[in-house]
Amino acid sequence: MSNTPNNLKYVKSHEWLRVESDGTVTVGITDHAQHALGDVVFVEAPEVGRDCKAGEACAVVESVKAASDIYSPISGTVIAANGDLTGAPELLNQAPYEGGWIFKLKPSNAADVGKLLDAKAYEEVLKSEA
Amino acid sequence: MTEKLIFEHSRPGRSATAQRPHTVAAQNKMPAALRRKSRPLLPEVSELQAVRHFTRLSQLNFSIDTHFYPLGSCTMKYNPRACNQYAMLPELLGRHPLAHESLGQGFLTCMFELQEMLKDVTGMRGVSLTPMAGAQGEFAGVAMMRAYHQSRGDVDRDEIIVPDAAHGTNPATATMCGCKVVEIPSLSNGDIDVEALKGAVGPKTAGIMLTNPSTLGVFERRIVEVSQIVHKAGGLLYYDGANLNAILGKVRPGDMGFDVIHMNLHKTFSTPHGGGGPGSGAVGVSERLLPFLPIPIVGKEGETYRWLTEKDMPKSIGRLSAFMGNAGVLLRAYIYMRMLGRDGMHRVAEFASLNANYLSVRLQKAGFEAAYPERRASHEFIITVKRQARELGVNAMDFAKRLLDYGFHAPTTYFPLLVPECLLVEPTETESKQDLDAFVDAMIAIQHEAETDAQKVKTAPHTLPVRRLDDVRAAKQLDITWKAPA
Amino acid sequence: MPFIPHTQDDIREMLDVIGASSVEALFDEIPAGLRAKPLSGIPDALSEMAIGQLMQARAVQDGRVINFIGAGAYEHHIPAAVWAIVTRGEFYSAYTPYQAEASQGTLQLLYQYQTMMASLTGMDVSNASLYDGASALGEACLMAVRAHRKSKSLRILIPSTVSPIYSKVAHAVVGHQRLSLESVPLSLSKDCGTLNVSALDAYKGQDITALVIQQPNFFGQLEDVDALTDWAHANGTMVIAVVNPISLALLKPPGQWGAKGVDIVVGEGQPLGVPLSGGGPYFGFITARMEYVRQMPGRIIGRTVDLEGKQGFTLTLQAREQHIRRSKATSNICTNQGLLVTAATIYMSLLGAEGLEDVAATSCARLDELIAAVTKVPGVQLKFAAPRFHEAVLVFNRPVSQVLDALAKQGIAGGFDLTPYYPELGNALLVCATESRTTADIEKYAKAIA
Repeated sequence: MSNTPNNLKYVKSHEWLRVESDGTVTVGITDHAQHALGDVVFVEAPEVGRDCKAGEACAVVESVKAASDIYSPISGTVIAANGDLTGAPELLNQAPYEGGWIFKLKPSNAADVGKLLDAKAYEEVLKSEA
Repeated sequence: MTEKLIFEHSRPGRSATAQRPHTVAAQNKMPAALRRKSRPLLPEVSELQAVRHFTRLSQLNFSIDTHFYPLGSCTMKYNPRACNQYAMLPELLGRHPLAHESLGQGFLTCMFELQEMLKDVTGMRGVSLTPMAGAQGEFAGVAMMRAYHQSRGDVDRDEIIVPDAAHGTNPATATMCGCKVVEIPSLSNGDIDVEALKGAVGPKTAGIMLTNPSTLGVFERRIVEVSQIVHKAGGLLYYDGANLNAILGKVRPGDMGFDVIHMNLHKTFSTPHGGGGPGSGAVGVSERLLPFLPIPIVGKEGETYRWLTEKDMPKSIGRLSAFMGNAGVLLRAYIYMRMLGRDGMHRVAEFASLNANYLSVRLQKAGFEAAYPERRASHEFIITVKRQARELGVNAMDFAKRLLDYGFHAPTTYFPLLVPECLLVEPTETESKQDLDAFVDAMIAIQHEAETDAQKVKTAPHTLPVRRLDDVRAAKQLDITWKAPA
Repeated sequence: MPFIPHTQDDIREMLDVIGASSVEALFDEIPAGLRAKPLSGIPDALSEMAIGQLMQARAVQDGRVINFIGAGAYEHHIPAAVWAIVTRGEFYSAYTPYQAEASQGTLQLLYQYQTMMASLTGMDVSNASLYDGASALGEACLMAVRAHRKSKSLRILIPSTVSPIYSKVAHAVVGHQRLSLESVPLSLSKDCGTLNVSALDAYKGQDITALVIQQPNFFGQLEDVDALTDWAHANGTMVIAVVNPISLALLKPPGQWGAKGVDIVVGEGQPLGVPLSGGGPYFGFITARMEYVRQMPGRIIGRTVDLEGKQGFTLTLQAREQHIRRSKATSNICTNQGLLVTAATIYMSLLGAEGLEDVAATSCARLDELIAAVTKVPGVQLKFAAPRFHEAVLVFNRPVSQVLDALAKQGIAGGFDLTPYYPELGNALLVCATESRTTADIEKYAKAIA
């Protein structure tokens, strides 16, 4: 059973999104995704300043057996990437929702967040894929 | 046994003195600004030290010459020693590729005859020997398909259909040729989903990449129908020849409707795998793709052979190598085909299939689950250990590693991706019944261990030069060049 | 039945177990209409003795020629130990080291090779080979496009002093991927035979993804690699170096060109212990800066430890490769040129740095001898006076084809005819001499063209 925190939003491609108090959003991959990948060995985060469209591949998470594209849940501009992942990519496995965040965006349109899945809907997705 | 790094054997000033050209005038006369200032890190060892080091390294390897090697999709059959000996005759070995053709008629005769034999065996109208590996052959094939469409003004065709069970080189090649990949599913009986195919073809279809038998180890029974569907939509059919060993002399890809094929000479025609290469990915084409073949090709004028190049073939997709491909590999394939002869060519598929079917049935009778039990095996078959993984916690990787302890190289694991916890087993025709029986015995023994002492299997191998290696660490703490200790 | 061990008893027992009536029955899933007729284009089988005699006859027909051709493939002496070890079954008939524990010999050898190539070229990292030098240039162009974060033009400059053969292959390999390979025209500095930096003025300030520099260049002449490298980097352009590995014993490696060193290095590894063998198999090498390692195509071997902390070697960074990344892989390459890399690694170990210097310097000395001997012949001139490695351009007062015919009659492969590629040079021939050539060979050459 993977962990799906209630305070986050989700997309079918297994990314999560958290709205911060200043209106920016933080993005990472879910517990289910990190488990499927296995030990993460490298994260290629997007460059600060890059514009990403919703559904566009903007990062790569690499394990020994796979290199997965990470898709931006909403459109926005990248304002930060998690530098801790360079020296410690295992953070993504250990704390996928906290220390293992991948990048932060300034959303193009705050309302886009409303279109994403909530925890319950994401768990339905996981059940149907099992 | 372990063997130190050769750099650890080095001592300053030591060398293999017999190897020096001994020229008095040998000084570095390069201009000062361009001259090398410090020596590169190369070994400083005696000739005996070097010979001993590399001989010991060789003894750490499994190889066909030492172990049964049933790697599915790789066709690890015996590499006849004669092929090496005669390909390395001094005159053939010493020939510069740009030397005049009049000085290489013997060599060119072999190459021309090889082209002709490959045409006959595959039912294709033209062959180019230049692609240096299967993947380059695939590249040539897809590039030729695109060139064909473009030459007819059909410029929008940029989609390549690939079954989801395909070898990774197929979609990677499509991308390298600037195409988009459209994946179609396979059915539970192993055939491709023809209904899905009908939905996937259209005016943007450049072609489909298939192998037959497929990577699932079974013959694509509706191939004629598939060929008609794709051709009707204006697309072409590409045959990945990785599994040619299953049908050599029994079915010809040209007769199945394929427009372009690549062959893996290092699989079907037994040239050596050499620890990862070299290979050769000769390509064959139907009539309409003849003008696009990669150059150079050997042509015959009267009794003389010569290279056909840009002037002769202006629509060629071009040169894929500096010279004419892996000549030495081609000579080995030629010698192999001459030793097999017509009857031998027919027997390859017969005995490859006999061995595969025998092994598959024996393993099933011993309790192992085949992925497609109701189908005939081609030259390979898939066993899945998903039940063992679920019930005993012992998976395909564990079986593979424990097989190494029993003195067998493991089959291919986790390919094709469609079958969970799979072992793709290809014995090839050069293995004897007793070696196949020994393999079955080993699998039975490992199954028993999995049931009674699972840890032993999960921590295998135990008897090799190293235990199971930490590949997570290898990727995270990248150490790919040796550095001298400070 | 050559190579097939089955007896009639075996066949019968096996069919019984399968439950099939005959071997033909095993093909019953194949539609009858597809079954091939007996192959008419394949001759009867030959015994090993017979094929040996046939191959001997064909080899003798070709005979041995004295070779003075370079142009990308070079004849050097190969120590006897090299191929004695390479053709051991454990190397020859081993597969790709996917089961690392059963392939430590190959893997350790490749790790050592990577170390040697990185050091020889003055770079941080190397892969475990590509097909050949020419296709490696194509792969390097694709790698530069992936690695260059800021450039969007996909334009690669290839000077005309780079091998025209390599240029053709690079076009064929990358032609479908929206890259633009642009030729920098030949504006040969007087007597130099090299690229004038001022020829690049036309591109200054433009978005150029990479510049290719070949050293020595196709004519054997030495380029001003520092000026060219610095020009590129000042222009925000990456540098791809194409080099001869034997020359690197004497020449400054690309990792030290200009202020910062180049970004990617490729070349043909054949001179390192691989025979001419009619054009292949050879091997391409590629080395690069550490920051680009994840963009590098082909296999890479890494050192790690096993369960018990013991040192071992394994394929690493496989997630970039075709079998995992599939349509998004760095390249479609799967099989490489492992056996040839084995030869090169043993060769480099037997020669060492000093031995390579000897080979390189002796080759240059032999070329000097050849030039001295042939320029005594009326109507033969050395085209470029500036420094070179072991190849030179000679110009004749008659068509090169005539010269080559005269040499062929004496059993000499005289050089590479440049007239189809560089008509502006006149009746130009590219000649090469290595340490394999003797004074007697050179005298024979001079006599044949007199």
